[in-house]
Amino acid sequence: MTAIEASNVSKIYRRYGRQRQFATLKSALLSRSLVRDLKPEETLSALRDVSFSVKSGSTFGVIGRNGSGKSTLLKLIAGITKPTYGHLKVQGRISALIELGAGFHPEISGRENVFINGIMLGLSKKEITKRFDEIVEFAELEDFIDAPVKTYSSGMYIRLGFAVAIHVDPDVLLVDEVLAVGDESFSHKCLDKFAEFRRKGKTILFVTHGLGLVERFCDNAIWLDAGTVKAAGDPKRVIGAYLSDVQLQEEALLKASDTKVQASAEIVTTPELVESASEDSLAVATKVPADLSRVTEGRWGSREVEITDVSLIGKSGSPGHLFQSGESMEIQIRVKATKRVSDFVFGVGFFNADGVCCYGTNTNIEKFQASEFSGEGVVTFKIENLDLVEGTYKLDAAVHSEQGTPYDYHRLLHTFRIKSRLKDVGIYRPVHRWEFSPAIRFETETKAETE
Amino acid sequence: MLHNLFQLVRYRGLIQSLVVRELSARYRGSVLGFFWSFINPLMLLLIYSFVFTVVLPGIRPVEIEPYALFLFCGLLPWTWFSSSLLESTNVLISGGNLIKKVMFPAEILPIVSVLANMVNFCFGLPILAIFLVYYDAPLQFVELIWFPVVVLVQFVLSLGLALILASLTVHFRDIKDLMANLLTLWFFSTPIIYPMSEAPPIGRGLLNMNPFTHLAISYQEILFYEGPFGHWKWLLVLGVASVMLFLFGYFVFDRLRDSFAEEV
Repeated sequence: MTAIEASNVSKIYRRYGRQRQFATLKSALLSRSLVRDLKPEETLSALRDVSFSVKSGSTFGVIGRNGSGKSTLLKLIAGITKPTYGHLKVQGRISALIELGAGFHPEISGRENVFINGIMLGLSKKEITKRFDEIVEFAELEDFIDAPVKTYSSGMYIRLGFAVAIHVDPDVLLVDEVLAVGDESFSHKCLDKFAEFRRKGKTILFVTHGLGLVERFCDNAIWLDAGTVKAAGDPKRVIGAYLSDVQLQEEALLKASDTKVQASAEIVTTPELVESASEDSLAVATKVPADLSRVTEGRWGSREVEITDVSLIGKSGSPGHLFQSGESMEIQIRVKATKRVSDFVFGVGFFNADGVCCYGTNTNIEKFQASEFSGEGVVTFKIENLDLVEGTYKLDAAVHSEQGTPYDYHRLLHTFRIKSRLKDVGIYRPVHRWEFSPAIRFETETKAETE
Repeated sequence: MLHNLFQLVRYRGLIQSLVVRELSARYRGSVLGFFWSFINPLMLLLIYSFVFTVVLPGIRPVEIEPYALFLFCGLLPWTWFSSSLLESTNVLISGGNLIKKVMFPAEILPIVSVLANMVNFCFGLPILAIFLVYYDAPLQFVELIWFPVVVLVQFVLSLGLALILASLTVHFRDIKDLMANLLTLWFFSTPIIYPMSEAPPIGRGLLNMNPFTHLAISYQEILFYEGPFGHWKWLLVLGVASVMLFLFGYFVFDRLRDSFAEEV
């Protein structure tokens, strides 16, 4: 039996331009556009041709980016709005944990609000009376239930809303990202309640960004993207597809922001400026920020040796911006010398999002004696295991003279992101392992993960 | 549409608790609390009586005596009528949370505002009764039977207007302010502070077009004037018209229903 059946559901929202916003009754009457004004002009399709079915008694997850139509879908299922096209059938009583406590009136007591909210959600007075104590206990509000709701903290408010909604005893429970609100113990309680629902054979539909939750709880899942179903079926597979798409997106974003930063750095030192600067080395010096330890993006230098490109190459062998912690990475710096030089130092440095230098080195520090360079070349900085913790990092790449006169200094112009399975913290992950004397024992699974 | 209308019966429990909530929330936190329901109409009456007997005695026709009672007969139902309409213009917008987040028949909101004001009107009735006894008004049992009929007609009329106003205001927010001014004009275009007989012949035709005129006259004839209730024909016509207006209002509301969740 299917609990929710959606076939080719589309939802089109109207969008109003400035003009429409200021349309008033008077202008509508004057221009006789009353009827026309009530018709959509610009439209936005929040959902397009969405079809899926949820088996009765199963748990169904909906994932997707912000603005992908998840909440619209939930509102349609809850019956708050109607699909523009297509059909949507829901079997049984629905309770939607969408905006918890939406119907609460601030001036009246929690007790009265429980009754009114319960009635709104489809309970009878008798049913509420029967469940009242349970609701209050679940919300942990025994001492405050007779105080006006306006005196509640936001946590109390949400707990009460959640408690009422979950005690409606629905056949279909719609959950929209509500677990994020309560404290740890309350969200555990909610999860227990969901598990109880599942045991009772009720249908649950989750809309969430908590992918772990979907993987753990859901029998099926769909991934919505820009209003269409991108993938459906087994949660693991759907999540996998979603995550790889998110990575692609992130990669593209990083690349775009990188290009932007680099472009703006180019503007600071336009070729003419550099030319005039190279004639007068004093002018070059003024181009260098006074305080190098202050972390700002930029590019400066005389350009006797120019860095034409910096690319980060991961395990796959192609340039990218996203790396797994612990994998290999190569920093390829393409350089071009406008004339023959015999005094040059190549350097790199990593900075984390707080601007802390995680590591910095150069060929001079590592005792390379410069001899000669002309024409074009590639400098590769190879890292076997990129042992950085998860986060966004920025890269310095520079070529300068041994005295430190910059030829071309790229300050924080290149961004990359490290992903990690482990949520360890700090700025550096030393290669490490744990050892325990025989009396200390761990489950093997946990141990495997720390390695 | 009719299906939706009958569905409302299922929601009577909700309507009831929302009316109670509306009334109990209204005076919550004030010292006199619930007594305001009695004090408000009394104050209104005192002010109007003071203005028209002391400040501007010339306006008041001499044969209307006691004037306070006459005034009260029209003022009390008018308060119900005008506050219902004024509140219903705002009710969908202020209740936007409900419409957007809970599956909820929106027409309940204007219905609740008309009903809550009706209950307030009923709280004013004991005060009216005290006035009637105090002034020894010529009440007749046969006439009093008509009283609930007048109330019913007013209820249906208010409901019809409330539905139209509520649904249109979602799209045209101006109606709210427009209505506040319109109601002031409407008040003076209704024989409440003056009797119908005082109106000039040309004005009388216009006054007859005003539905509330017939309600006010009905209240006055039943409670204030001696003699049989002669206005019943008008009242019945208005009754039929009100039912039609209500159906029309419900039709408009029903047509615009789907837009509410997106607009408010």
